[in-house]
Amino acid sequence: MSFDLETAHHPEQLRRVAIDPVSRVEGHGKVTLLLDEHNRVHQVRLHIVEFRGFEKFIQGRPYWEVPVMVQRLCGICPVSHHLAASKALDMIVGATRLTPTAEKIRRLMHYGQILQSHALHFFHLASPDLLFGFDADVAKRNVVGVVAAHPETAKKGVLLRKYGQEVIRMTAGKRVHGTGSIPGGVNKSLSAEERAALLKDAYQMVAWSREAVALARQLFEQNADVNSAFGRFDAHSMSLVRADGAMDLYHGGLRARDMKGGILFDHFDYSRYWDVIVEDVKPWSYMKFPFLRALGPDTGWYRVGPLARVANCDHIPTPLADKERATFMASPGAAGATLGYHWARMIEMLHAAESIKDLLHDDDLGGSDLVVTGERADRGVGVIEAPRGTLIHHYRVNENDEVTRANLIVSTTHNNQAMNEAIRQVARQHLDGQEITEGLLNHIEVAIRAFDPCLSCATHALGRMPLEVTIVSRDGTPIDRMFRDEHGRCSRA
Amino acid sequence: MSEQTFTLDGQEIPFATGQSVMQAALSAGVFIPHLCYHPEFRPHGSCKLCTVKINGRPATSCTTPAAAGLEVESDTQEILDKRRTLLQMLLVEGNHFCPSCEKSGHCKLQALGYELGVMTPHFNHFYPDRPVDASHPDVLLDFNRCILCELCIRASAEVDGKNVFALAGRGIGKHLIVNAESGKLGDTDFALTDKAAQVCPVGVILAKRQGFAVPIGQRRFDAAPISAHVDEFRPVAPQAGGKP
Repeated sequence: MSFDLETAHHPEQLRRVAIDPVSRVEGHGKVTLLLDEHNRVHQVRLHIVEFRGFEKFIQGRPYWEVPVMVQRLCGICPVSHHLAASKALDMIVGATRLTPTAEKIRRLMHYGQILQSHALHFFHLASPDLLFGFDADVAKRNVVGVVAAHPETAKKGVLLRKYGQEVIRMTAGKRVHGTGSIPGGVNKSLSAEERAALLKDAYQMVAWSREAVALARQLFEQNADVNSAFGRFDAHSMSLVRADGAMDLYHGGLRARDMKGGILFDHFDYSRYWDVIVEDVKPWSYMKFPFLRALGPDTGWYRVGPLARVANCDHIPTPLADKERATFMASPGAAGATLGYHWARMIEMLHAAESIKDLLHDDDLGGSDLVVTGERADRGVGVIEAPRGTLIHHYRVNENDEVTRANLIVSTTHNNQAMNEAIRQVARQHLDGQEITEGLLNHIEVAIRAFDPCLSCATHALGRMPLEVTIVSRDGTPIDRMFRDEHGRCSRA
Repeated sequence: MSEQTFTLDGQEIPFATGQSVMQAALSAGVFIPHLCYHPEFRPHGSCKLCTVKINGRPATSCTTPAAAGLEVESDTQEILDKRRTLLQMLLVEGNHFCPSCEKSGHCKLQALGYELGVMTPHFNHFYPDRPVDASHPDVLLDFNRCILCELCIRASAEVDGKNVFALAGRGIGKHLIVNAESGKLGDTDFALTDKAAQVCPVGVILAKRQGFAVPIGQRRFDAAPISAHVDEFRPVAPQAGGKP
């Protein structure tokens, strides 16, 4: 089955416009558009053109190496892979219940990760579009422009991220690619000095996160009708929830809702995720297309991440974030809007800041009981709510302790079809029949950025990646060519 | 009788009869970079990292007997450049992926890389295909990181009396093997308590299920560079230097 605008009937007669690479996202992807001579859109695809091969080259490696190795998938949210792998290997080493110290250190690490990743995305990557407009001057529409026009906002964004990185450093040993989480627990707890150092700024982070939620809300509601409709599509959603239905970003059961909010499954044991999730492949992308088994590939695709999580849970277990959630859910059109992701993301950042502050008062963080083991198993599944959505790690380990099979379904993969739907909707809404301009192409990127996709790469661009778009007539003659140089300046050939 | 000395980079180094230049330097608290030297074993002279200039001629300090009046150069630009090159060649000859290696922070090869300022591998990687031997219940062999120092061979033969390891092949094809019909460590009487399990300077011989248990900041070479660990390399007992 092919979705509307996924595959043109006669692509050979259409001209191709490519956004390559998509900028201000993590990693490398491209968008292709096929247009006819009237600029009518016939095909829109988000291609993930990286091939990483982690699932293959982890095979044959000792299992205890996995949490450290697979986190190299990413330089932005390696903690997510570090923890998802550790949770899977907890099952391998028979650690059915971690010590309180180990679980709380891991949670603290994870909330630090959520805080820094969400701050990075909102302030560094997304805010230029939101503050200046989608087709604002490209020379200004970047983080440097934000620093110039809104220095206080930019500064808080930088410091929020820095604080999250400090939480990670103290729990994992390094700001990026640490080793703190190991199968069955953690390798360090927090000293009294480390806790005190983090607590010193914890309340400030909560306050700044509240301001960020207010800013995200204001940016959405000041043009609510447009923002609600931009790239909007109906979709099922999935996330982990706690046993009482609360948001839990570290552990829980899988909950999926249909596009009307009805429960499809709830508190599903993720160690058998394959009973409810299947992965499809398409010939034009290295990224798979997961779908809900019960609904099939045509209608079973879903979205994950902040928007799905905030709407999916019954409440958020920290008071300030929960209050903001109530406001968000009551705002007309926000909970299903592609641009609602930003608002939901800031609510989660507030939840992370509150959780960090609460955890830092917990003496278990200083405990010395760090690791447990139990009956050895040959298969382990770890699931965590990474900043960008549900992250699944699944390993098989032989009797010699070697990994024999690995399957990773990363957050952005779950959102693959959803992102394609979003950009097709934007193409219908804004590009169809129009002469292509840089500003219009940026509308496509704005829709992709809302998902904060991590295209499995440790590098990221800041809106300054060189870009060349060529429009070719059906006989192969170039009829239009636009360039964006490394300084973000656009020109026409 | 007056104390015998030689000079090392202009510093007077006393020595006892039978000591090598390396042993005398380490005893005096002066670090000379090395990989295949171990204070408990006869010197080997294969890694060449401890090469110094003695009276103007290159020589491995671990195998050259100390003698009165020698003029030894070690910490010179020329010698440091050669040591860096040696390390770079070792790093590309095997598969040394420090970011995911559990020996990171404990590894002498890595520590010497930091010590000598190896910023890039410089040469093209060989990317050899070296399968892991995980057949032993307690010990993992990751041949990817072997630098052919033969310390495990010497320890297994001389201390453990087991002859578990050997080198096979010649030239660039030389590699570490396990003395078992199957070639697997699991089919030997090797034990985690063997001396051979304790001496690997890199990440080849590893206790299973222990990786990354020591947090960053508390690993062997986290707090101070390898040259500050000179006390760990001092000769443990009078021993014969000279021929390997």
